[in-house]
Amino acid sequence: MSSGTFAAYRPILIAIAALAALPLAVPMLVSAGLFAGANTFYNLMIFILIITLAAQGWNIAGGYGGQFSFGHAAFFGTGAYAQAVLQTRYGVNAWAALPVAMALGGLVGAVIGLLAFRARLRGSYFALVTLAFAEVFRILANATPITGGAAGTLVPLRIGFGQMQFEAPAAFFYLALGFVAVVLLLNRLLERSRFGAWLVAVRENEDAARALGVDTLTVKLKAITLSAAVTAVAGALYTQKFLYVDANIAYGAWISVEALLAPIVGGIGTVFGPLIGAVALIGLGEAAKTLIHSAFGSAVPGVDLVVYGLLLIVVIAFAPRGLIGLLRAGGGR
Amino acid sequence: MLEVHSLTKRFGGLVAVSDVSLTVPEGSITGLIGPNGAGKTTLFTLVSGFQTPSAGRVLFCGEDITGRTPERLAVLGIARTFQIVQPFAGLSVLENIAVGAYLRFPHRADAMAHAGAVAERVGLTDLGRPAASLTVAGRKRLELARALATGPRLVLLDEVLAGLNPSEIRDIIPVIRAIRDAGVTILMIEHVMQAVMSLCEHVHVLANGRLIAAGTPAEVVGNPAVVEAYLGHGAAGRLQKGAAHG
Repeated sequence: MSSGTFAAYRPILIAIAALAALPLAVPMLVSAGLFAGANTFYNLMIFILIITLAAQGWNIAGGYGGQFSFGHAAFFGTGAYAQAVLQTRYGVNAWAALPVAMALGGLVGAVIGLLAFRARLRGSYFALVTLAFAEVFRILANATPITGGAAGTLVPLRIGFGQMQFEAPAAFFYLALGFVAVVLLLNRLLERSRFGAWLVAVRENEDAARALGVDTLTVKLKAITLSAAVTAVAGALYTQKFLYVDANIAYGAWISVEALLAPIVGGIGTVFGPLIGAVALIGLGEAAKTLIHSAFGSAVPGVDLVVYGLLLIVVIAFAPRGLIGLLRAGGGR
Repeated sequence: MLEVHSLTKRFGGLVAVSDVSLTVPEGSITGLIGPNGAGKTTLFTLVSGFQTPSAGRVLFCGEDITGRTPERLAVLGIARTFQIVQPFAGLSVLENIAVGAYLRFPHRADAMAHAGAVAERVGLTDLGRPAASLTVAGRKRLELARALATGPRLVLLDEVLAGLNPSEIRDIIPVIRAIRDAGVTILMIEHVMQAVMSLCEHVHVLANGRLIAAGTPAEVVGNPAVVEAYLGHGAAGRLQKGAAHG
């Protein structure tokens, strides 16, 4: 590995180390009154990491490839349901179910991609078709027996490493962080590869890319498959964390929105964009909920969505390249 | 190297290219000229695979390539530039060229090195800046560099000189000649006659979708049919009369 190669990965390794060291700060954060307890901290962090992973998936096709999907719930949900159903109905081990969930998510991505890209759907047409697919999956999952129908699927609570259920909340935090870390490194690898260069070329100008020998259909199909597989892992982790899925969680529009909002807010088509965006969105959302609760004495449902909306408007108006763009512009001066 | 046989393209009732046949000999710089709307760019889109012809055939080194996609043609060794430049605006100049270089060099280090070498050939410098910041002349050079980076045997240049001022044109003519001297055959659409006269060995003239003349630049410019295509019916006769009286 040359020094130039190492320099490209150094910021990622530093960020991973910093995140991994975060549990050390938990006692301090709790005593400072920022979190009610260690569990509150870990629940929030794990949720942020799961959303980050889903957003990292979206960012591969949407950020690097310019194929804006509004339906990444189709992949998240497939991963979540596969993880739940394989364990409860087929007795598959949780660790063995995870790669299957990932592969099934990727398969759904490949099929939707094949149908949409072969029909030469781009831009808002592609977005609408993916949205429609996710909705079809949601309705089907709500109606078919194998997914548990409207009642959803409950994964029995059996604490144990073999079941991917941990007593210590830090363990699941590190599991989720491990996946996010791998995808961070994978994204940098992608940026520095031929496939990554061709993917960005497709985003910038498809005709020009074709003239340079880029098989745009193949590139887009690979991207959506990889994108879907990563988001499916996020779904599978969600199942393992909350041990319950139903159609509105797995295939609901909420996750499609989170998956695309985080990279847009954080910095689209960048390695750190999804992570920064997820931290900003969910962190501010939770902060708003807490503040409103203490100010009015009761929870105001949906206030986090108001924060999302405000943040999105502010970012689009003042930082079109996302928060990471702001950081870079500030650091450059 | 390139043979076009009776190529025709219809858009509904409009025949944009009608029964055009021409050849481009290996190692030549061949020109394609004609008034606006003559069908030159349409002919390019047919040869480069962006559109499929309604009739006729295209042969490249004896192989029938009619209807092949642009990406497959690029692999075979046919590259094109666009009349309206199409830089990847979000990428740096070097990264733009590397997209083309990756076709023959799958590894990043090789592709980047090749892209740098190609940039030097076309006279591009300051390769780290965003492609969007280039001047018109810089963008034209970038089009050329990206096409060359794919390692073509034949390049189709669609008005690479349009929009440039006379000194920029003077600068880029030797670059085009050097590309040919390095063994790349060139077919170019061009309006700048100064460049056509100095670069092309052979010129084909299109008007209203038909080939109306072919020959050396000097022959073609003297051809009455060509003069009329540019200046209107009867223009050649009036010019001759004017010359006789003057």
